[in-house]
Amino acid sequence: MVRSSISGSGTALLYFPGAVPLSQVHPSALLLCSEDRGELRHPRSALQPCKPRTTTAVTTYRSELSGSRVLSCISSKCVSASLQKELTSKKRDEFEDILEERRLSSDLRYAMKCYTPVIYKGLSPCKPNAIKSVVLQSEQVQYVIKQLAKEMGESPDIIQEEATEILDEMGHSMQLGTVRFFAFTLSKIFKQLFQRVCVNEEGMQRLQRAIQEHPVVLLPSHRSYVDFLMLSYLLYTYDLALPVIAAGIDFLGMKIVGELLRRAGAFFMRRSFGGNRLYWAVFAEYVKTMLRNGYAPIEFFLEGTRSRTAKTLTPKFGLLSIVMEPFFKREVFDTYLVPISISYERILEESLYAYELLGVPKPKESTSGLLKARRILSDNFGTIHIYVGQPVSLRTLASGRINLCPYNLVPRHLPQKPTEDIQEFVSDVAYKMELLQIENMVLSPWVLVAAVLLQNLPAMDFELLIEKTVWLKGLTQTFGGFIEWPDNLCAKKAVTSGLSLHSNIARLVDGHVVLNDKGVEDGAVGEIVFKRALVILMCSTYRNQLLNVFVRPSLVALALQMTRSFRKEEVYSSFSFLRDIFSDEFIFFPGISLKDFEEGCFLLTKCDAIQATQQEIYPTDKGSVVVSFLSAMFRPFVEGYQLIFRYLSKETKEAFTEKQFIPGVRNFVFQLLEKGTTQCYEALSSDMQKNALAALVQLGAVKKKKMANGFSYSVNQEAIHKILDVFEATEDAEPDHNEFLFPEYEILIEPEEPEFPADSTVDPDDEKGAVDASKKLEKQEESRVTSTTSDALDEETLEAMAKHETKEDKIFQTFKDRITVEPEQIIRYCRGGEGPIWVSGENIPEEKDIPNCLCGAKRVFEFQIMPQLLNHLKVDSLEESIDWGTLVVYTCAENCSAENKKLN
Amino acid sequence: MRRQEILKWNGWGYNDSKFIFNKKGQAEFTGKRYRLGGMVLPTFKEWIEKTFGASLEHKTTSRASLNVNDVPPPIVNEEFLQDLRATKISYSQDAEDRVFRAHGHCLHEIFVLREGMFKRIPDIVVWPVSHEDVVKIVELACKHNLCIIPFGGGTSVSSALECPEEEKRTIVSLDTSQMNRILWIDEKNLTACVEAGIIGQDLEKQLSESGFCTGHEPDSMEFSSLGGWVATRASGMKKNIYGNIEDLVIHIKMVTPRGIVEKNCQVPRMSTGPDIHHFIMGSEGTLGVVTEVTIKIRPLPEYQKYGSVVFPNFERGVACLREVAKQRCAPASIRLVDNAQFQFGHALKPQVASIFTSFLDGLKKFYITKFKGFDPNILCVATLLFEGDREKVLQHEKQVYDIATKFGGLAAGEDNGQRGYMLTFVIAYLRDLGLDYYVIGESFETSVPWDRVLDLCRNVKERIVRECKEKGVQFAPFSTCRVTQTYDAGACVYFYFAFNYRGISDPIHVYEEIERAAREEILANGGSLSHHHGVGKLRKRWMKESISDVGLGMLRSVKEYVDPNNIFGNKNLL
Repeated sequence: MVRSSISGSGTALLYFPGAVPLSQVHPSALLLCSEDRGELRHPRSALQPCKPRTTTAVTTYRSELSGSRVLSCISSKCVSASLQKELTSKKRDEFEDILEERRLSSDLRYAMKCYTPVIYKGLSPCKPNAIKSVVLQSEQVQYVIKQLAKEMGESPDIIQEEATEILDEMGHSMQLGTVRFFAFTLSKIFKQLFQRVCVNEEGMQRLQRAIQEHPVVLLPSHRSYVDFLMLSYLLYTYDLALPVIAAGIDFLGMKIVGELLRRAGAFFMRRSFGGNRLYWAVFAEYVKTMLRNGYAPIEFFLEGTRSRTAKTLTPKFGLLSIVMEPFFKREVFDTYLVPISISYERILEESLYAYELLGVPKPKESTSGLLKARRILSDNFGTIHIYVGQPVSLRTLASGRINLCPYNLVPRHLPQKPTEDIQEFVSDVAYKMELLQIENMVLSPWVLVAAVLLQNLPAMDFELLIEKTVWLKGLTQTFGGFIEWPDNLCAKKAVTSGLSLHSNIARLVDGHVVLNDKGVEDGAVGEIVFKRALVILMCSTYRNQLLNVFVRPSLVALALQMTRSFRKEEVYSSFSFLRDIFSDEFIFFPGISLKDFEEGCFLLTKCDAIQATQQEIYPTDKGSVVVSFLSAMFRPFVEGYQLIFRYLSKETKEAFTEKQFIPGVRNFVFQLLEKGTTQCYEALSSDMQKNALAALVQLGAVKKKKMANGFSYSVNQEAIHKILDVFEATEDAEPDHNEFLFPEYEILIEPEEPEFPADSTVDPDDEKGAVDASKKLEKQEESRVTSTTSDALDEETLEAMAKHETKEDKIFQTFKDRITVEPEQIIRYCRGGEGPIWVSGENIPEEKDIPNCLCGAKRVFEFQIMPQLLNHLKVDSLEESIDWGTLVVYTCAENCSAENKKLN
Repeated sequence: MRRQEILKWNGWGYNDSKFIFNKKGQAEFTGKRYRLGGMVLPTFKEWIEKTFGASLEHKTTSRASLNVNDVPPPIVNEEFLQDLRATKISYSQDAEDRVFRAHGHCLHEIFVLREGMFKRIPDIVVWPVSHEDVVKIVELACKHNLCIIPFGGGTSVSSALECPEEEKRTIVSLDTSQMNRILWIDEKNLTACVEAGIIGQDLEKQLSESGFCTGHEPDSMEFSSLGGWVATRASGMKKNIYGNIEDLVIHIKMVTPRGIVEKNCQVPRMSTGPDIHHFIMGSEGTLGVVTEVTIKIRPLPEYQKYGSVVFPNFERGVACLREVAKQRCAPASIRLVDNAQFQFGHALKPQVASIFTSFLDGLKKFYITKFKGFDPNILCVATLLFEGDREKVLQHEKQVYDIATKFGGLAAGEDNGQRGYMLTFVIAYLRDLGLDYYVIGESFETSVPWDRVLDLCRNVKERIVRECKEKGVQFAPFSTCRVTQTYDAGACVYFYFAFNYRGISDPIHVYEEIERAAREEILANGGSLSHHHGVGKLRKRWMKESISDVGLGMLRSVKEYVDPNNIFGNKNLL
């Protein structure tokens, strides 16, 4: 549709078949051709497709718990050698759809099936109530009761009574009848909601063996309320002992449902009980008793709550340290921790989450709310993947790590604050488990689509989206991401099916994929921003699923852009800075910054994006696409954090609470969005805001003080400014473009100054809307203005050189004279007029060189693109980038419309 | 008579006593020294095959005798020899004599005897006959800068007797066996002064002639010496009545390079700063030679009675022992063996003479398993030994059985009890049999607070099974334990552990790794480094962890003062 011919060095000619007014040419159709390299680029959308890397085996990185915490010298050779060892290639298990059978046979019979689960070998069976009395009579609880009685001068009986009440509130009362009821109803519901529920059967078999051997703790990821229902359902299906599940006390607020859950094995914990010693003692002993007896697998969520962003939350340690204690005290030989990754193709609560993140409060758990939620039953939520990971032996993890002396010198039933060693170990295990969860999270094609789409708002060409998605798929696999591409579907089908499943987020309009922010056009500015934010946050929920897989190489990529030099040490120090800043945003194993850096570098090297020598790291030509993509992926976080920091540096009073902070920063960002000064909608997310605050607390830039009700924060302005400075330095250092995305400018259209009377007469009306005028940060504009002075200097040197010019260079002299008036001009438009000004005498085409239009008419000059554009686009390095003297576009003199439709 | 003429040179105990498989392929214990002697053990072969996957067709044999040519030549200074001859103390540089005193009875030591040779052995063996002789030898050693390693009964299981390989000086093995007289008996105070070289069974035999006993009966008492007990902080089976060595000792005389250490009186207790006896007891030959010990004696007990109790499971058994300890009514000895050890004991049951006994056995079995609902694969047995005057014994017995009943225990007769104790003496012989059939094994012990006994037993056994699996041991190991001593605050637990090493190229190394893991497990479970075996060189690496840096420093400073030139250079303990 567009043919180009090259008319010799320095000048390329583009011909449009048929006269197509510029206004009708879609940017992506405009191809620039570089003679030197013969490379094709999309100047506007600038997504350069890369062939998907074909990876045969999915490789994953296993972080070692015993990883060295000492910073060794940064040497590329030892880095890749040691990493290669760790990046052991691992075959993941196959999935099996458990709903398939449910669709074929009777749910009732299934619910009433003979259920004889395998149990722990050392189990002495007992009823839920018996457990309660064991707990109540235990030395641990009795000790605390006596202590409290002494301190408060009350009779132990009263406190014992209190403990009984706590137990009754807390304890589960699992009944087979209720389990069967759930088995029946959940079968119905799941079949309605989900297309498939896929499980790795080998994982279930491993779990079965583990349950018999040692007490088991199930650690699923938490994205939805469906998680624990699904997991119990699964264990029932596979005839495994049903877990007892730590649930938030809020569920008890739900009539009937709370009781039902209790009978299905849920036990309830208050959200905070740090100060209540009796509660703590009873709760801890309750959990430990069940664990020690091997009564049932214990299930809880390391993340503590459902992740509203689909990004793994940083772990909570309380429950984990409770379930680890019996092993520390050697009351059990070992304990298995089983990471379980539950991935949803579409999350049931997606829009609820988005509202919540934007500060529209979450509805309290209530039965009527649940009934209302029936509406969603008619919707389709795609496939669920449940990957039951390898059971991890706590004993193996602790081997060589833990000095058990403190437990030997105090009777084991006394409450004892864990030593620092132990706390550190618990934290390490928690992170390790989350990393294992992340490793086996299944990524659907839609996740890739969302990631690409978010970098190409507001609209993206469908074909390009597919191309880019396929490219990203390869990259994801290189980084060890676990992609399930359904039935080897062709890319187009996969993307289409993703789009149809998520039609509430994006849709296809005229060959372009756009966000589904219906109703944005009308309404107040505020409402538009809100609606847009809502859909962007929903969309980012899916992109987020990639982030923890990408975070190490991406932070290296960001660090590369931040650092002016390519020196490894400096890149590393920027990397460390980013890693610290984002320590609550992404999951990093504590203390192994260098190892993360090495892994990031290794993965980037693996996909040929960078080259690393002993001292230096630099992006390869080919790799700049990857590097740019990766940093763009994390840009919302960089920008979002900056906004939040800026808010803190400017707008906050001396001390504030989280309740003041969140609305404050939200309003701040909201206003900026309304004004259009930022496009970073994700900064509205309360999750990001909290994480940023937490990071500042950790970095010491914000002080956190415990107050009577909650915490109060105060900002250390100096520290915040320092951090902001690092970021801003980043911005300067960053090239305004990368070879991936060209920088955006506003194009001003002016007629040429009258000093040259014979010149063009530009009809401004013709140009209106011809160019997609885009905004850019004012700052960049300013820097552009200042840079003209340096351009002028260049002019002088050129002038000096001109003295040596020969006659043939007169043309060039003319060229220079013409452009001096407006040196920054990039397009000269004069349809059918004077014709182009040439940069050199060579290769000026004659009339016969210009082919006629398809309709037969002559082509006439319409406009020319000046070489200055190269300068603006920062692709002016000699020999390396595309180059031209001038691009001249000739169009049909008859202004025919023969090819219009095809072009669109 | 030289010891090696009646004792095995490459195994445990007497030459004439050993387990063999007779022509019919049945196990038999030879010799007449033990009650089991000459008896056929019909079920034992099957037990071995079942437990270890061992087969009688796969045999490995020790070399028949010591190859004198392999023995490292002695390094002895002629001047010293001259001085030594002048003292008239007998000595020997004979290879057999030296090799015999180069080792204790750790598995690896026996293995070396059977298949290899020690890198370093004593250069000369001396036999002092009195305290004065010892003084002379120590003086000579200081004069010529020699290394002395005291040698008592040679039953060490902590590598304490092994010569440090890097020792360049002449190593003198000071064999105390000729200092074996009872110097006097004080019936008024019930004490006896005894030369430290006396062997346990001789001491008891000689005292019994006067109607007394010490009551100190470690499992090794047939071969171990009084001096050795003192040097390792030994414990006896009947400590509940008589006490452990630290309770028995009234006075110790020890020769050190710095001089003789002793007290000015022989009193039951004194408050004169830290008890210097406690520097000596457990010093493991690093400070000097114990020459004379005044020890408490008791009139011989009028009446002895064995007994046994069956418990439905180990947990109940431990709970019962704890209760017995709490009420402080433990009999002279009370031990609880786990199910595996119970079955092991059962396998060592000799062929019964009359049909009647066998019938009775069957009846008892029926009663216990069917009527009482005990599972033969879970139940466990406590063995008891009562001592004292008859009436009190019977009264005591009733008290203990009453407690046992509360914990579901069932009296299981004297016979079971007696066999249980007999086993502790012959079990050491079993290792030699095992070694012939690719089975290696060892015992180790610990002490632990009551509340951790069960967890420790379970975890250590499990750890052993796991480690074996990881190290490529092809057959599940035999890993069993018993609670052998009860105290107010805890118990002593004894483990047996053995496995079939066929298919493993370096069994000793594998064995040592597993034993080490088991010890780590014990420590992690709140158990001690050792209850009575001592540290030697085998367990040195955990000393710091066990007694802290400062504690270790305290011991070191004593060593530095007493023996600045490291004459007693066996390198034990510190």
